[in-house]
Amino acid sequence: MADTHSVIGTKNKKGQTYTDTWKMMNEAPRTPSFFTGSEVIKEAIRRASCDVMIAYPITPQSEAAALIGELFAEGYIGDYFRGESEFAVMSQCAGASFGGARVFTTTAGPGTMRAMENFPMWAGARLPIQMIVTCRGINSPLSIQPDTLEIAYLLNTGMLVWHAETAQDFFDWILKGYIVSEEPDVHLPLALCCDGFFVTHTKDVVNLTPADMCLPPYDPYRSPVPCMDMECPPVRMMRDPFVMKSNYISYATHASWQQEIWAAVERSRKHTIHWLNGLVDTENTDADIVIVASGTAVSQGREAIRMLEDEGVRCGLVKVKALRPWPEEEIREATKNAKHIFVPEFNVTGWLAKEIRATVPNHQRVHAGPHVCGGMTMPPEIIVSEIKTTLGMKTFSLAGRGS
Amino acid sequence: MSEYRVLPGPEHFLPPAAASMGIRLPNPGEAHINGVIASEEKAYEEAARQFLMAKVPTIFPGPLVLWAWNEKAAKKATAIRHLFNTLKECVQPGQKPMLIPMPDYRPKYPKINPEVEINPNHPNLTIWHNKIDCCMFVGVHCHQANLSLKIIRGGTSCYTIAMCAQAGHEDAMLSFRDASVEKIMKLADTVKRLKGTVQPRLSAKNGGAN
Repeated sequence: MADTHSVIGTKNKKGQTYTDTWKMMNEAPRTPSFFTGSEVIKEAIRRASCDVMIAYPITPQSEAAALIGELFAEGYIGDYFRGESEFAVMSQCAGASFGGARVFTTTAGPGTMRAMENFPMWAGARLPIQMIVTCRGINSPLSIQPDTLEIAYLLNTGMLVWHAETAQDFFDWILKGYIVSEEPDVHLPLALCCDGFFVTHTKDVVNLTPADMCLPPYDPYRSPVPCMDMECPPVRMMRDPFVMKSNYISYATHASWQQEIWAAVERSRKHTIHWLNGLVDTENTDADIVIVASGTAVSQGREAIRMLEDEGVRCGLVKVKALRPWPEEEIREATKNAKHIFVPEFNVTGWLAKEIRATVPNHQRVHAGPHVCGGMTMPPEIIVSEIKTTLGMKTFSLAGRGS
Repeated sequence: MSEYRVLPGPEHFLPPAAASMGIRLPNPGEAHINGVIASEEKAYEEAARQFLMAKVPTIFPGPLVLWAWNEKAAKKATAIRHLFNTLKECVQPGQKPMLIPMPDYRPKYPKINPEVEINPNHPNLTIWHNKIDCCMFVGVHCHQANLSLKIIRGGTSCYTIAMCAQAGHEDAMLSFRDASVEKIMKLADTVKRLKGTVQPRLSAKNGGAN
């Protein structure tokens, strides 16, 4: 039986030292490294004491699955194999997690959608699997370009959903994500999302923790449900599924079960605030205009704010880091002074703006946009233009060349 | 802070999860009473008082303490037996302490035998049948305990206590966290200390769970 605390300071088979996570993330020296987002995922997993990684590496959205195969060859991952489809991968992840393993996988776009049935199952079974979602287009005609529409589908699965802006976020949050999602009062899967290509394929300077330090191992005996062994296989939980019975108590139990999943999402709030230093980051929220964004739209928003400042327009910024748990109070507080709230997004439906409209008073303040999708970039000029148009200021058309 | 309070029911056709109503779990060294963070000392007193007031104070030990799967579990089981024996010694005539196990979590059809066990999917059957008006969960996996605690709050007036080995339970009316042999023994000591100082609810009007 593993005891997380008793192994701190001891070494694993690769010579890495199991390290107190807070010390590793906040006090250990960092080494600046120039990596793609996919390489950063590999470096985080090298330090994550992962037992199993299951891959369906067909998507060109990220090289992470293949790179983690290299980690397996080097001996850093307990087991690694390829499933025959995304659905199979996510089901196999469930099996590994039921068995008490720390599990990692990646997906994107249509793969996320194909595997979707598994995500509420993971949450319902309280499996703390971590899934990287390197978002790409999901609709036909297919696209491998960045588009965050798939996040909208993950929001009501019962998974924790975080949205990284940069490769640095990605590195840190992969490691911190395991700690939050494995807390016994949480114990839920985490969808750690980023905007594909922008984060996965571009290089950035990322400050890495020492490679000879790693997370303490997962302790499945702290799970809020029994982990699988020969005495208590998961089929015992499922042998008389509630769906097969039509009576009040079976409905009430299933209802209570669903409530418990969302209660666990709520409980993750405290731990997420602790590890991510808040569910949101804010700047200049006393301004009349505030941009609220997640993912790389935050970076574009930040640049738009700099450009607007040059023209004498002061703008605040709210970076939404966690989407589940949803930072309702934080967003309400950060936008209380705003006359206009702009929500730039890399998707066609504007799911983040809808969430914010449902959160803040006087929701007519929320301007859902600008939007781009299908892999388009979002030049900060179009955010500037949207804000200036709303303010009645003269602006320009970025797309047109005029006559 | 949330204005919601975790109180004996029957609360609702489908009561909410207390966490969704803004109730937060205690930090290490704390407990909660009715959803309000309290000192452990206060929680020992209140839990003991509730046990001594109840007509049928009952302990529900779960699989984590029913099987000697490690040394700690075996010691906890001994401590729980000691708590039960203490309850029996400290109650007045007419009070009936019970020890009813939750051996596993399978839904059981057509129904469980409420004389001999409690099941997280059917907890009210055991509460109603035995007229249990105060119970303590110990050694039950957290997810299953929360399922049960919500159903009990929804449909009965039973006072619920959780002696949780992890982070605690908002869905109980009183919850300890990081339960250990020492904490169980301390609760037994508190029951012994308060013996004779608490008036039991023995009238037909107030006795037993709805």
